[in-house]
Amino acid sequence: MTGARMLRGAAGVAGFLVAAELLVRFGLSEKFVFPAPSTVLNEAGRLPADPQFLEGVAVTLSNWALGLLIATVVAVPLGVLLGALPPVERAVRPVLEFMRPIPSVAIIPLAILLIPVDELMKVSVIVYASIWPILINTLYGMHDVDPLAKETLRAFGFGPLAVLAKVSLPSSAPFVATGVRIAAGVALVLAVSAELVAGGSAGIGVYVGVAGSGNRTDLMMAATCWASVLGVAANLALLAGERRLFHWHRMRTGVTT
Amino acid sequence: MKAVARLWVIPLVLAVWELVARGLADTDFPPPTTIVARMYELWFSGPQVFTDDAIDNLLPSLGRMFGGWVLAAVIGVTAGVLLGRSRTATDYVDPLIEFGRSIPPPLLLPVFLILFQTGLATQLATIVFGVIWPVLLNSIDGARSVDSTYVETATVFNLSRAQRLRVVVLPAASPKIFAGLRLSLSLALILMVITELIGGTDGIGYQLLQAQRSFDGAGVWAAIALLGILGYVVNSLFVLAERRVLVWHRQATRG
Repeated sequence: MTGARMLRGAAGVAGFLVAAELLVRFGLSEKFVFPAPSTVLNEAGRLPADPQFLEGVAVTLSNWALGLLIATVVAVPLGVLLGALPPVERAVRPVLEFMRPIPSVAIIPLAILLIPVDELMKVSVIVYASIWPILINTLYGMHDVDPLAKETLRAFGFGPLAVLAKVSLPSSAPFVATGVRIAAGVALVLAVSAELVAGGSAGIGVYVGVAGSGNRTDLMMAATCWASVLGVAANLALLAGERRLFHWHRMRTGVTT
Repeated sequence: MKAVARLWVIPLVLAVWELVARGLADTDFPPPTTIVARMYELWFSGPQVFTDDAIDNLLPSLGRMFGGWVLAAVIGVTAGVLLGRSRTATDYVDPLIEFGRSIPPPLLLPVFLILFQTGLATQLATIVFGVIWPVLLNSIDGARSVDSTYVETATVFNLSRAQRLRVVVLPAASPKIFAGLRLSLSLALILMVITELIGGTDGIGYQLLQAQRSFDGAGVWAAIALLGILGYVVNSLFVLAERRVLVWHRQATRG
């Protein structure tokens, strides 16, 4: 990102904040009380000193990370297995196609019913929703493997496992990473959704719910901003990791983003 | 015959599920036949096929989902195509978009509930906010990457700005825009459900929550199955419509 672009971006943010501030303070009707950006930012600045909020962030983040980890551990081997064995994939595919359109948040009430342990219920919901993007991307990566490279190794007498380890896995790894990054965004949404629906002792969603019962829209917006910051940070971190690990992939395919 | 060969695993899964569920005899894990019976009982056993419950819940759900999606599509495509034509303008809003699309939409739901007081405005606002990003980003991207020969040809033919947008930019960007619209549609279904789970008073999601609260295991499964079918049908219809509208694009890129 060049200096001029960053400057324009900063100007855009500042312009938006000023416009929103003026609109909230002078433009809107009396009945519609949206917290002013200055109030929200002020509260957001104070939140890191609030132990209750910090505990919520810690709980949500650990559920998020655990769910994502379990989803990766389940979905990647499954994707590799299905990708390596086309007859199995053809057989299982219709089941996946029938399950995929189910909106993931609809699983939350079912999970509440089936899993009495609160933490376990929340992690399971995150796992269920995160498995899909990782699985689909792993499968896509396995299909994208250069057939010439596989044939070359086979011609040199390598067995199927060696071909898998030396060609298929490295070549689909960047796709897996993209799947994990997409799943991270989905997982955060599911983590807070489960907290909003089911409640619980702590979590960002729980914090927003509690602030809502006291009509503290400023606190709710401040916590929401922090959730967004966490989402942006996780996305950037995963993106940076992808670029570092797989710079050869970008050079090969010419994809710049 | 081909479909039979491809789909043989579905009846197998259903049969195994049926046997296992019957063996377990747990009301929270019912066999498929019980779920289908509950679906029929809940929604399709009325005088004119649909029950009152179905009309009172399915219609509002569908209305919110499509209403929110159409609103987001209109705003997103308009703003996106205009922004996409100017690199500088996009630079100004880039960080705002990046921040906005990272906000988990369900967190805004309780805020909107307090602000708007009414259910419908809250639900529509949440759905629009949640599904606008793919449309907006894809429209920006589509409008930005229009082949410069097209734009230059339009200039040579002395087309006005509005004409250029309508005749050149919009069609050239439409494959990307449609990809965004499709992603938004499946997001709209997810957000519709969550708006009905939190502070809703009707809809499929609300029925799902009620079933869970009254420990009606079969009802929960029935609602999830209905939502899955809805997701499948809506997506298939969209793909059909996309093929129709973009028929020229497929023919042009095939050659």
